[in-house]
Amino acid sequence: MKAHRRQRLIILLVLVALAGVAVGLTLYALRANMNLFYSPTQISSGEAPQGRSLRAGGVVRNDSVHRDQDTLDVTFTVTDFEADVPVHYRGILPDLFREGQGVVIVGTLDERGWLQASEVLAKHDENYMPPEVDGALKAAEARRAIPSETAAVADSRASKTL
Amino acid sequence: MLIQTLPEIGLYAMMLALAMALVQAVVPLAGSLTRRPLWMSYAVPMAWGQALFLLIAFVCLALGFLFKDFSVAYIADNANSRLPWYYRLSAVWGGHEGSVLLWSMLLAFWGLAVSIFSRHLPRDMLARVLAVLGMINAGFLLFILATSSPFERLLPVPPADGADLNPLLQDPGLIIHPPMLYMGYVGFSVAFAFALAALMGGRLDAAWTRWARPWTNLAWAFLSVGIALGSWWAYYELGWGGWWFWDPVENASLMPWLAGTALMHSLAVTEKRGGFKSWTILLAIVTFSLSLLGTFLVRSGVLTSVHAFANDPSRGTFILILLGLTVGASLTLYAFRAPRVKSPLGFGWRSRDAMLLLNNILLLVMMVTVLLGTLYPLILDSLDLGRISVGPPYFNALIVPLTVALGLFMGVGPVTRWKQMATRELIKRLWLSAIVSLAIALAMPWLYDGAWSLPVSLGLLIAAWIVVPLAREPLTLMRRFGLRGPARLSRSHYGMVLGHIGMAVTIVGVTMVSNYDHADNVRMSLGHTVEVGGYRFTMTQLNETRGPNYVSDRATIRVTQGDRLVTLLHPEKRFFDVRRQAMTETALDHGMTRDLYVAMGEPLEDGESWAMRIQVKPFVRWLWLGALLMAAGGVLAVCDKRYRHRSRIRHRNRTRQNLEARS
Repeated sequence: MKAHRRQRLIILLVLVALAGVAVGLTLYALRANMNLFYSPTQISSGEAPQGRSLRAGGVVRNDSVHRDQDTLDVTFTVTDFEADVPVHYRGILPDLFREGQGVVIVGTLDERGWLQASEVLAKHDENYMPPEVDGALKAAEARRAIPSETAAVADSRASKTL
Repeated sequence: MLIQTLPEIGLYAMMLALAMALVQAVVPLAGSLTRRPLWMSYAVPMAWGQALFLLIAFVCLALGFLFKDFSVAYIADNANSRLPWYYRLSAVWGGHEGSVLLWSMLLAFWGLAVSIFSRHLPRDMLARVLAVLGMINAGFLLFILATSSPFERLLPVPPADGADLNPLLQDPGLIIHPPMLYMGYVGFSVAFAFALAALMGGRLDAAWTRWARPWTNLAWAFLSVGIALGSWWAYYELGWGGWWFWDPVENASLMPWLAGTALMHSLAVTEKRGGFKSWTILLAIVTFSLSLLGTFLVRSGVLTSVHAFANDPSRGTFILILLGLTVGASLTLYAFRAPRVKSPLGFGWRSRDAMLLLNNILLLVMMVTVLLGTLYPLILDSLDLGRISVGPPYFNALIVPLTVALGLFMGVGPVTRWKQMATRELIKRLWLSAIVSLAIALAMPWLYDGAWSLPVSLGLLIAAWIVVPLAREPLTLMRRFGLRGPARLSRSHYGMVLGHIGMAVTIVGVTMVSNYDHADNVRMSLGHTVEVGGYRFTMTQLNETRGPNYVSDRATIRVTQGDRLVTLLHPEKRFFDVRRQAMTETALDHGMTRDLYVAMGEPLEDGESWAMRIQVKPFVRWLWLGALLMAAGGVLAVCDKRYRHRSRIRHRNRTRQNLEARS
């Protein structure tokens, strides 16, 4: 083999090996640091794992925000209007955090079913609903709609004949 | 009368610019293929016209903002009569429509700059470069006119007042961050255009790289400043004192930067040694494609982030198609043309070529890491495999060790010789630097904090290892030629030195602020004192003030250290009337070795105290200072003599080319 060919081969092999290592490490890191998203319904039905970092989201229930008198502890409830999940957080809530607003929470679920939040995200544009929360709300709405669907169809027919 | 028709004039100017871009895309290219000088000469005037008319469109929009013309939907959405004039002006690019117009105008300006500063290029090369730029802008202008015209009217009943600019964007940093970032994004289109023109012409010698290098450096410098400004803005405006969140939008700007950095280094090898030829072209394509991908990610609304505003899905589809066409067409061309290129050079492992190769590999691995972490959630989501997010731990776990590796080679690279050198020589050039760097790294944590810390030592070791070997070259010259010696080195050499020092400065900043910062969330009421990181913070006043379009709660915090008064800080919580939105205005006392940072959180139920976030951030300024030094390095390299004295060579090239054409 000519010298520069051999060099090229070595470069290629090193590249492949490096790429392999990189992809392996990357996938490992991805797996270890992925936060899955759960809706309040999924959490209350026990689908979400305990003690592992996850993301949850929903709308902050009205009149559910309570601040502790002496510390920065705060508790509130997020809901998809089907199930509620109580959340505990210590720290400063973002500017756009408000009751009735969609929020995303990063945290872990404890054994009492409380979500211990490490981060609370409210988005910066108030017309903007985080896509995950939007999806969770729509899914809950769709489930509620199923039993009454036949009635709705009947209704629409009735209005047509009128 | 004229004022009322401004939006229509702007729209019309945009259409004219589109027509010119189309002509610029087609005619010069056809001319270069059929060798018709007349057709090729269309390129320059079209580039000028396009820039002129886009400037007119942009000025029309800006005047609309200044004159508060709320019958224009975009202006009504992003301004308000009580918004101060300077924010009304920066609101021009505060939303989607205006910022894509800015994108397109800057692209036209880059084209204009190419037609001025590279006018001595061979005629067909210039025609092809401008044709490629024309194609890109034609695509973008089509996109603007079809899906996001900023001149859409709200008629017949215009609103009495506007909805105001998002309070987060009402900030001096935001006036310059988007233009800088876009200058960088768009600037890589020039390197891309040169690469494609070289591919089309089959002229893949070192010449195109010498022409493309200054443009790439300049675009890269702009992008560096843009990213730094974005990070700085997030630091003081979002209120939490973080400076990098691995937010997908930040990643979108980091990816072209990483690829662009690789491109700059690979261009150096191609120009100096004629190596890596096809690789450099591929990198130019990849870099610009990543810029487009960044634009797509930010502008399509697929991301959950600070920049994600309510958005229209058809826009995303359009940009995605544009991205697909660009990448597809350029890679096809590459596939047909690149195999003809040969870079038959051999080089040893202890050579600058090899170091730059490693640099390229590491930078690209970093880029792919970021790409994967950014796109993986999107891909899973679009395949309905669940909604996930990839957090900072993933990025930190991969990028930090890769940066350490990169830093190790950055120390070796500048002292190596091209092609080949003996191990003994390499060790001779480096051993002293190694000892000095090690000493600095071991001593500094002791001196600063009184205790040893592995991560700090490692970070400082890398920073010192990058900087110390750079001193070798000027010192050798000084020994040989006296004090004037170092002046013998070229400006592009000093550009490299400055860029590398910038990188080291940033690494110092990152290391120190990540390991030594103090942060505390506290309840504070009048007269209350807390101690954070050796400073005492006392709230001495709390009042209410009024701004042009907000009311604010303003606290006065006295900061003392021992008996010495350090400063008075005034954090605010502003409430913007029109958008009914609260905004934290942080108070900072900045210095080279530390920032004091106070942010007001929220009023607590007892009505007297506030939740406050108090932080002491050592060396955080170094982060952005480093980025500025890197950018300055890029600009300094552009000023190198060999780019200015090129006209003679160009002239020679052209005469030769004319002779060939005649024969």
